[in-house]
Amino acid sequence: MNLTPSHTATLTPPSWAPTSLARIRLELVLFFREKSQLIFTFLYPVVMMVIFGSVFGDQDVAPGVTFPQYFLAGIAATGVMLSSFQSLGTSIAVERDAGDLARLRTTPMPPIAYFLGKAGLVLVTTVVQLVLLLVIARLAFSVPMPADAAHWATFAWVTLLGSLSGTALGILVSSLQGSGKSATTVIPAISVVLQFFSGVFFVFANLPGWMQQTAALFPLKWLTQGMRSVFLPDDAAAFEVVGGWEHGRTALILAAWTVGGLLLSLRLFRWRKAV
Amino acid sequence: MDPTTRRPVVPVEAGAAQAKAMIDTASTGASQSRHLTSTNVTAISVRGLTKTYDGKRVVDALDLDIRTGECFALLGPNGAGKTTTIEILEGFRKRDAGEVSVLGDDPAIAGRQWRARIGVVAQSTGDSLALSVAEVLAHFAVYHANPMPTTDLIAAVGLQEKTKTRISALSGGQRRRLDVALGIQGQPELLFLDEPTTGLDPAARRQFWSLVEELKQAGVTIVLTTHYLDEAAFLADRVGVINHGRLLEIAPPDQLGGRLRGKATVSWQEAGVSREVVTDEPTAALRELLGAHPTAEIDGLEIHRPTLEDIYLSMIDQTVDTTSGLVASAPAQTGSTR
Repeated sequence: MNLTPSHTATLTPPSWAPTSLARIRLELVLFFREKSQLIFTFLYPVVMMVIFGSVFGDQDVAPGVTFPQYFLAGIAATGVMLSSFQSLGTSIAVERDAGDLARLRTTPMPPIAYFLGKAGLVLVTTVVQLVLLLVIARLAFSVPMPADAAHWATFAWVTLLGSLSGTALGILVSSLQGSGKSATTVIPAISVVLQFFSGVFFVFANLPGWMQQTAALFPLKWLTQGMRSVFLPDDAAAFEVVGGWEHGRTALILAAWTVGGLLLSLRLFRWRKAV
Repeated sequence: MDPTTRRPVVPVEAGAAQAKAMIDTASTGASQSRHLTSTNVTAISVRGLTKTYDGKRVVDALDLDIRTGECFALLGPNGAGKTTTIEILEGFRKRDAGEVSVLGDDPAIAGRQWRARIGVVAQSTGDSLALSVAEVLAHFAVYHANPMPTTDLIAAVGLQEKTKTRISALSGGQRRRLDVALGIQGQPELLFLDEPTTGLDPAARRQFWSLVEELKQAGVTIVLTTHYLDEAAFLADRVGVINHGRLLEIAPPDQLGGRLRGKATVSWQEAGVSREVVTDEPTAALRELLGAHPTAEIDGLEIHRPTLEDIYLSMIDQTVDTTSGLVASAPAQTGSTR
């Protein structure tokens, strides 16, 4: 049946490109206006670097590896995880609870625009955060920067894959959470435990075996190990648990988490709060 | 403004001349909508709609037709199935059985093109607290092919003084107006309003009503749920009462309730005790009462005709007091005092 006396030629609503750009812009504006999020996910790695670097700055964790050098790898990996996994996991759950997501669904916005907006936020915050972190590590604690293009390339792909897996898992965990309130307490708790298990604060090789094996199930351990291969001297690979950087396995596990997380998110993601 | 696509929404604080113009459009608008209803163009058609949660039938074989250009109010107590029905029509919930057509498409599978023709003001809505009114509206405009100009939109909901105010600093009523603005921003053909005036003060409600009137005049089909019976009586062309997932009756607000309508209640005080009689013939009852008190002043004397609210309450719950007054005890008491 014909139901529309007017508007017979309905205009097509804007496509994913302009709407995604608008979402990225909005996410960034909101990010820099919400001070609490700015401090907890954005400045945390920088603050930790300053604290731990200042306290343990003159210690060596291995011959030729200073503590700040080892810690930079761990805290850079942590920063990548916070800006993706923790930031998205909590913010999406909170937005769902507040009804922001449901409202977006009442508009003709393409759903992908919402996720690209989040991805854009993750990308920008991760890059700015890492730049800040590296500058402080270099200037305040004399941590040597990656020696050559190959190391920088490793840095790039480890960051990208870590960030992608964190994004996928952040979207997934926001879908599992019962409410935004529990998300804002549970997700940071998961993050902290993973940081201890994955060798951010302690030398990974010195951790108990069960901790190492638990950590190996999650992306942060591999992200941290990948970062160590960037910031530590090449011969430090001998001090890893298996005596090498395991780049292939790292890439595989991070990619598996990304794909698995996205596939599960497709099934579990909800725009509306559960009734 | 492109006259073929832009609907005339006049700011609610329109001056006298504009108000006159609004009345003029009101009359033409009314004849237009009468024309539309006479041709029986259906905006929403529902047959046998059923939805079950945890073994409980929340919506139970519901049939409903809503005509293009009408304002239809769905009334019912909490848990009656109102919001579930509305959310199925909006495409946010899946149904278990039945056929649903909204603007010619099945909302369960309709796409963005369809979504663009529909506006929704839901019960609970988001709050990007750190954005100003103008920023939110400018952002949401990006989603629409043909958004209403932001200044017109802000004027239509009466938020001119608040354009630079952050949402976190708005009152509950002002936030509700912003919700409404976002609902109509895409110039929808069909607008769902789920308890739109909850939290508004009486003046803001009146302002909102005139906005809805203007949308009706512009030809927008409106589906409204509300807990305010006066709101339904004022805005709706037809009212549907839903309870336990079934539609009890559909009628214009001044015809709802059929036989319940004629009854009047005469009440007064006698020796400090409240007395009342429910009758089809209040004049006769009053005459008898006056005869019994030929000289004295009768305390608290009132004749009360059932309001839409009384009729609604008697329909949804056969045990409430209004009903016992109106239906159960009425035949025995008619024409006599007790």
